[in-house]
Amino acid sequence: MTYGAVVDVMLKPGIADPQGQTVERALPALGFTGVEGVRVGKRIELTVDAGTPEEARELVGEMCDRFLANPVIESYNVTLL
Amino acid sequence: MSGRVGIVVFPGSNCERDCRRVLETLGAQTTYVWHKEVTLPDVDIVVLPGGFAHGDYLRTGAIARFSPVMGAVRDHADAGGIVIGICNGFQILCEAGMLPGALRKNSGLKFICRWVGLRVDNHRSPFTSRATPGQRLRIPINHFEGSWHCGSDELERIRANGQIVLRYTANPNGALDDVAGLTNERGNVFGLMPHPERACEPSSSQDGAVILGSMLDSVPAREPAHL
Repeated sequence: MTYGAVVDVMLKPGIADPQGQTVERALPALGFTGVEGVRVGKRIELTVDAGTPEEARELVGEMCDRFLANPVIESYNVTLL
Repeated sequence: MSGRVGIVVFPGSNCERDCRRVLETLGAQTTYVWHKEVTLPDVDIVVLPGGFAHGDYLRTGAIARFSPVMGAVRDHADAGGIVIGICNGFQILCEAGMLPGALRKNSGLKFICRWVGLRVDNHRSPFTSRATPGQRLRIPINHFEGSWHCGSDELERIRANGQIVLRYTANPNGALDDVAGLTNERGNVFGLMPHPERACEPSSSQDGAVILGSMLDSVPAREPAHL
Protein backbone atom coordinates (compact mmCIF):
# COMPACT_ATOMS: atom_id res chain seq x y z
CA MET A 1 0.00 0.00 0.00
CA THR A 2 1.00 3.58 -0.56
CA TYR A 3 0.33 6.02 2.22
CA GLY A 4 0.50 9.77 2.05
CA ALA A 5 2.00 11.50 5.04
CA VAL A 6 2.54 15.04 6.18
CA VAL A 7 5.35 15.89 8.55
CA ASP A 8 5.21 19.16 10.47
CA VAL A 9 8.57 20.18 11.86
CA MET A 10 8.60 22.93 14.47
CA LEU A 11 11.24 24.44 16.71
CA LYS A 12 10.78 22.95 20.17
CA PRO A 13 8.85 25.02 22.69
CA GLY A 14 11.29 27.28 24.47
CA ILE A 15 13.64 27.55 21.51
CA ALA A 16 13.60 31.13 20.26
CA ASP A 17 11.92 31.42 16.87
CA PRO A 18 13.07 34.69 15.28
CA GLN A 19 10.95 34.05 12.17
CA GLY A 20 7.81 33.66 14.26
CA GLN A 21 8.67 36.75 16.28
CA THR A 22 9.22 38.79 13.13
CA VAL A 23 5.91 37.68 11.63
CA GLU A 24 4.18 38.46 14.91
CA ARG A 25 5.64 41.97 14.97
CA ALA A 26 4.60 42.57 11.36
CA LEU A 27 0.94 41.62 11.78
CA PRO A 28 -0.21 44.73 13.65
CA ALA A 29 1.07 46.87 10.77
CA LEU A 30 -1.58 45.17 8.60
CA GLY A 31 -4.27 45.78 11.16
CA PHE A 32 -4.21 42.33 12.77
CA THR A 33 -3.97 43.09 16.45
CA GLY A 34 -4.07 40.72 19.39
CA VAL A 35 -2.05 37.99 17.71
CA GLU A 36 0.32 36.02 19.93
CA GLY A 37 2.45 32.93 19.89
CA VAL A 38 3.37 32.93 16.19
CA ARG A 39 5.75 30.08 15.38
CA VAL A 40 7.07 29.26 11.92
CA GLY A 41 7.89 25.68 10.99
CA LYS A 42 8.08 23.56 7.89
CA ARG A 43 5.84 21.00 6.29
CA ILE A 44 7.13 17.99 4.38
CA GLU A 45 4.78 15.89 2.25
CA LEU A 46 5.66 12.40 1.12
CA THR A 47 4.26 9.02 0.18
CA VAL A 48 5.61 5.72 1.48
CA ASP A 49 5.11 2.07 0.70
CA ALA A 50 4.08 0.16 3.82
CA GLY A 51 1.97 -2.84 4.82
CA THR A 52 -0.23 -1.04 7.31
CA PRO A 53 -0.90 2.52 8.46
CA GLU A 54 1.00 1.76 11.67
CA GLU A 55 3.98 0.62 9.66
CA ALA A 56 3.81 3.75 7.53
CA ARG A 57 3.71 5.95 10.60
CA GLU A 58 6.64 4.12 12.13
CA LEU A 59 8.66 4.45 8.94
CA VAL A 60 8.05 8.18 8.66
CA GLY A 61 8.82 8.59 12.36
CA GLU A 62 12.16 6.91 11.79
CA MET A 63 12.89 9.26 8.89
CA CYS A 64 12.13 12.19 11.19
CA ASP A 65 14.35 10.89 13.99
CA ARG A 66 17.30 10.31 11.69
CA PHE A 67 16.97 13.02 9.10
CA LEU A 68 13.88 15.17 8.65
CA ALA A 69 14.09 16.83 12.07
CA ASN A 70 17.01 17.73 14.31
CA PRO A 71 16.09 16.43 17.77
CA VAL A 72 18.32 19.01 19.47
CA ILE A 73 16.11 21.93 18.46
CA GLU A 74 13.09 20.55 16.57
CA SER A 75 10.02 18.46 17.27
CA TYR A 76 7.83 16.84 14.64
CA ASN A 77 4.35 15.53 14.11
CA VAL A 78 3.34 12.92 11.53
CA THR A 79 -0.13 12.89 10.00
CA LEU A 80 -1.19 10.09 7.66
CA LEU A 81 -3.51 11.21 4.88
CA MET B 1 55.15 21.95 12.68
CA SER B 2 54.00 19.79 9.85
CA GLY B 3 51.04 17.66 9.15
CA ARG B 4 49.13 16.24 6.28
CA VAL B 5 45.70 17.69 5.89
CA GLY B 6 42.73 16.33 3.96
CA ILE B 7 40.26 19.05 3.00
CA VAL B 8 36.86 17.52 2.31
CA VAL B 9 35.01 19.01 -0.63
CA PHE B 10 31.24 18.67 -0.78
CA PRO B 11 29.10 19.93 -3.64
CA GLY B 12 28.62 23.52 -2.49
CA SER B 13 31.81 23.86 -0.43
CA ASN B 14 33.47 27.18 -1.23
CA CYS B 15 36.24 27.75 1.30
CA GLU B 16 38.45 24.79 0.42
CA ARG B 17 40.92 26.85 -1.62
CA ASP B 18 41.31 29.44 1.13
CA CYS B 19 41.98 26.63 3.59
CA ARG B 20 44.51 25.00 1.28
CA ARG B 21 46.41 28.24 0.63
CA VAL B 22 46.63 29.17 4.28
CA LEU B 23 47.47 25.71 5.59
CA GLU B 24 50.23 25.28 3.00
CA THR B 25 51.60 28.70 3.88
CA LEU B 26 51.68 27.50 7.48
CA GLY B 27 53.72 24.47 6.45
CA ALA B 28 51.14 21.72 5.94
CA GLN B 29 50.75 19.39 3.00
CA THR B 30 47.17 19.37 1.81
CA THR B 31 44.97 17.34 -0.45
CA TYR B 32 41.34 17.64 -1.39
CA VAL B 33 39.03 14.73 -0.58
CA TRP B 34 35.83 14.51 -2.64
CA HIS B 35 32.80 13.76 -0.49
CA LYS B 36 32.04 10.53 -2.36
CA GLU B 37 35.28 8.90 -1.23
CA VAL B 38 34.71 6.22 1.36
CA THR B 39 38.27 6.31 2.69
CA LEU B 40 40.64 9.11 3.58
CA PRO B 41 44.17 9.40 2.22
CA ASP B 42 47.01 9.19 4.75
CA VAL B 43 46.27 12.40 6.64
CA ASP B 44 46.71 13.64 10.22
CA ILE B 45 44.03 16.29 10.07
CA VAL B 46 40.64 16.50 8.36
CA VAL B 47 39.15 19.90 7.49
CA LEU B 48 35.46 20.35 6.73
CA PRO B 49 35.52 23.78 5.08
CA GLY B 50 32.86 26.43 4.86
CA GLY B 51 30.27 26.76 2.14
CA PHE B 52 26.78 25.47 1.46
CA ALA B 53 27.20 21.70 1.24
CA HIS B 54 24.35 20.13 -0.72
CA GLY B 55 22.75 23.57 -0.97
CA ASP B 56 21.99 23.64 2.76
CA TYR B 57 18.71 21.94 1.86
CA LEU B 58 16.48 20.75 4.71
CA ARG B 59 18.96 22.07 7.31
CA THR B 60 22.58 23.14 7.06
CA GLY B 61 24.72 20.01 7.16
CA ALA B 62 21.73 17.65 7.30
CA ILE B 63 22.48 16.02 3.96
CA ALA B 64 26.28 16.37 4.08
CA ARG B 65 26.41 14.23 7.20
CA PHE B 66 25.29 11.30 5.04
CA SER B 67 27.95 11.88 2.37
CA PRO B 68 30.00 8.69 1.89
CA VAL B 69 33.20 10.29 3.24
CA MET B 70 31.65 11.00 6.62
CA GLY B 71 32.08 7.40 7.79
CA ALA B 72 35.82 7.73 7.30
CA VAL B 73 35.85 11.15 8.96
CA ARG B 74 34.13 9.63 11.99
CA ASP B 75 36.61 6.73 12.07
CA HIS B 76 39.47 9.24 11.92
CA ALA B 77 38.03 11.10 14.91
CA ASP B 78 37.30 7.89 16.81
CA ALA B 79 40.96 6.95 16.38
CA GLY B 80 41.94 10.26 17.98
CA GLY B 81 42.66 12.11 14.73
CA ILE B 82 42.17 15.86 14.51
CA VAL B 83 39.03 17.15 12.77
CA ILE B 84 38.11 20.81 12.34
CA GLY B 85 34.82 22.06 10.92
CA ILE B 86 34.70 25.70 9.92
CA CYS B 87 31.30 27.39 9.57
CA ASN B 88 29.36 24.96 7.35
CA GLY B 89 31.82 22.30 8.52
CA PHE B 90 30.79 23.04 12.11
CA GLN B 91 27.14 22.66 11.13
CA ILE B 92 27.92 19.31 9.49
CA LEU B 93 29.76 18.02 12.58
CA CYS B 94 26.81 18.95 14.78
CA GLU B 95 24.34 17.26 12.43
CA ALA B 96 26.58 14.18 12.39
CA GLY B 97 26.53 14.07 16.19
CA MET B 98 30.32 14.46 16.29
CA LEU B 99 29.90 17.73 18.18
CA PRO B 100 27.15 18.58 20.67
CA GLY B 101 24.26 20.92 19.95
CA ALA B 102 22.89 22.47 16.79
CA LEU B 103 23.18 25.71 14.83
CA ARG B 104 20.02 27.79 14.51
CA LYS B 105 19.24 30.80 12.37
CA ASN B 106 20.88 33.97 13.66
CA SER B 107 18.68 35.67 16.23
CA GLY B 108 18.51 38.83 14.09
CA LEU B 109 17.47 36.80 10.99
CA LYS B 110 20.29 38.42 9.02
CA PHE B 111 23.17 36.89 7.16
CA ILE B 112 26.17 38.35 8.99
CA CYS B 113 29.49 38.90 7.25
CA ARG B 114 31.90 40.92 9.36
CA TRP B 115 34.85 40.83 11.71
CA VAL B 116 34.09 39.79 15.26
CA GLY B 117 35.99 39.69 18.52
CA LEU B 118 36.64 36.31 20.14
CA ARG B 119 38.09 35.22 23.45
CA VAL B 120 40.07 32.02 23.93
CA ASP B 121 38.47 30.34 26.93
CA ASN B 122 40.44 27.11 26.68
CA HIS B 123 44.06 27.56 25.62
CA ARG B 124 44.91 23.91 26.24
CA SER B 125 43.05 22.45 23.29
CA PRO B 126 45.00 21.26 20.23
CA PHE B 127 43.46 24.21 18.40
CA THR B 128 44.59 26.95 20.78
CA SER B 129 47.99 25.89 22.10
CA ARG B 130 49.54 29.01 20.54
CA ALA B 131 47.11 31.26 22.38
CA THR B 132 47.54 32.82 25.79
CA PRO B 133 44.74 32.33 28.34
CA GLY B 134 41.88 34.66 27.53
CA GLN B 135 43.60 35.95 24.39
CA ARG B 136 41.40 38.13 22.19
CA LEU B 137 41.25 37.28 18.50
CA ARG B 138 39.79 39.13 15.53
CA ILE B 139 38.40 36.75 12.91
CA PRO B 140 35.50 37.22 10.48
CA ILE B 141 32.19 35.39 10.50
CA ASN B 142 30.05 34.79 7.42
CA HIS B 143 26.85 32.91 8.14
CA PHE B 144 23.08 32.88 8.49
CA GLU B 145 22.77 29.84 10.74
CA GLY B 146 25.39 30.25 13.43
CA SER B 147 23.44 30.53 16.63
CA TRP B 148 24.66 27.53 18.58
CA HIS B 149 22.26 25.86 20.97
CA CYS B 150 22.02 22.80 23.22
CA GLY B 151 20.03 21.59 26.22
CA SER B 152 20.80 23.05 29.65
CA ASP B 153 22.09 19.79 31.18
CA GLU B 154 24.36 19.26 28.25
CA LEU B 155 25.63 22.83 28.43
CA GLU B 156 26.68 22.25 32.04
CA ARG B 157 28.64 19.16 31.01
CA ILE B 158 30.24 20.97 28.09
CA ARG B 159 31.31 23.86 30.32
CA ALA B 160 32.64 21.54 33.01
CA ASN B 161 34.70 19.67 30.42
CA GLY B 162 36.24 22.87 29.08
CA GLN B 163 34.85 22.16 25.63
CA ILE B 164 33.98 25.80 24.93
CA VAL B 165 37.18 26.99 23.33
CA LEU B 166 36.07 30.28 21.73
CA ARG B 167 33.42 32.77 22.85
CA TYR B 168 32.25 35.93 21.12
CA THR B 169 33.15 39.08 23.04
CA ALA B 170 29.95 40.67 21.64
CA ASN B 171 27.46 37.98 20.68
CA PRO B 172 26.45 38.60 17.03
CA ASN B 173 23.93 35.80 16.50
CA GLY B 174 22.25 34.78 19.75
CA ALA B 175 24.48 31.76 20.34
CA LEU B 176 23.91 30.15 23.73
CA ASP B 177 26.62 31.13 26.23
CA ASP B 178 28.32 33.22 23.47
CA VAL B 179 29.74 30.01 21.98
CA ALA B 180 31.73 30.63 18.81
CA GLY B 181 33.63 27.34 18.79
CA LEU B 182 33.73 24.16 20.82
CA THR B 183 35.24 20.70 20.87
CA ASN B 184 33.88 17.23 21.49
CA GLU B 185 34.43 15.67 24.88
CA ARG B 186 37.71 14.09 23.83
CA GLY B 187 38.95 17.43 22.50
CA ASN B 188 40.11 16.27 19.06
CA VAL B 189 37.10 17.48 17.05
CA PHE B 190 36.57 21.22 16.85
CA GLY B 191 33.85 23.27 15.22
CA LEU B 192 33.74 27.05 14.94
CA MET B 193 31.61 29.56 13.08
CA PRO B 194 34.39 32.14 12.49
CA HIS B 195 36.68 31.62 9.50
CA PRO B 196 40.31 31.43 10.70
CA GLU B 197 41.48 30.86 7.11
CA ARG B 198 40.28 34.38 6.29
CA ALA B 199 42.47 35.94 8.97
CA CYS B 200 45.94 34.77 8.03
CA GLU B 201 47.19 37.32 5.51
CA PRO B 202 49.64 40.13 6.35
CA SER B 203 47.10 42.64 5.03
CA SER B 204 44.61 41.81 7.80
CA SER B 205 44.44 40.31 11.25
CA GLN B 206 46.50 37.12 11.29
CA ASP B 207 44.74 35.75 14.35
CA GLY B 208 43.38 32.82 12.35
CA ALA B 209 46.89 31.45 12.30
CA VAL B 210 46.76 31.12 16.08
CA ILE B 211 44.10 28.47 15.61
CA LEU B 212 45.28 26.80 12.42
CA GLY B 213 48.94 26.93 13.50
CA SER B 214 48.09 25.39 16.87
CA MET B 215 46.24 22.64 15.04
CA LEU B 216 49.26 21.89 12.85
CA ASP B 217 51.55 21.98 15.91
CA SER B 218 49.43 19.26 17.51
CA VAL B 219 50.43 16.56 15.04
CA PRO B 220 53.88 14.98 15.02
CA ALA B 221 56.28 16.14 12.34
CA ARG B 222 56.74 13.92 9.31
CA GLU B 223 59.18 13.80 6.45
CA PRO B 224 57.79 15.61 3.42
CA ALA B 225 56.27 13.12 1.01
CA HIS B 226 53.98 13.24 -1.92
CA LEU B 227 50.37 12.73 -0.92
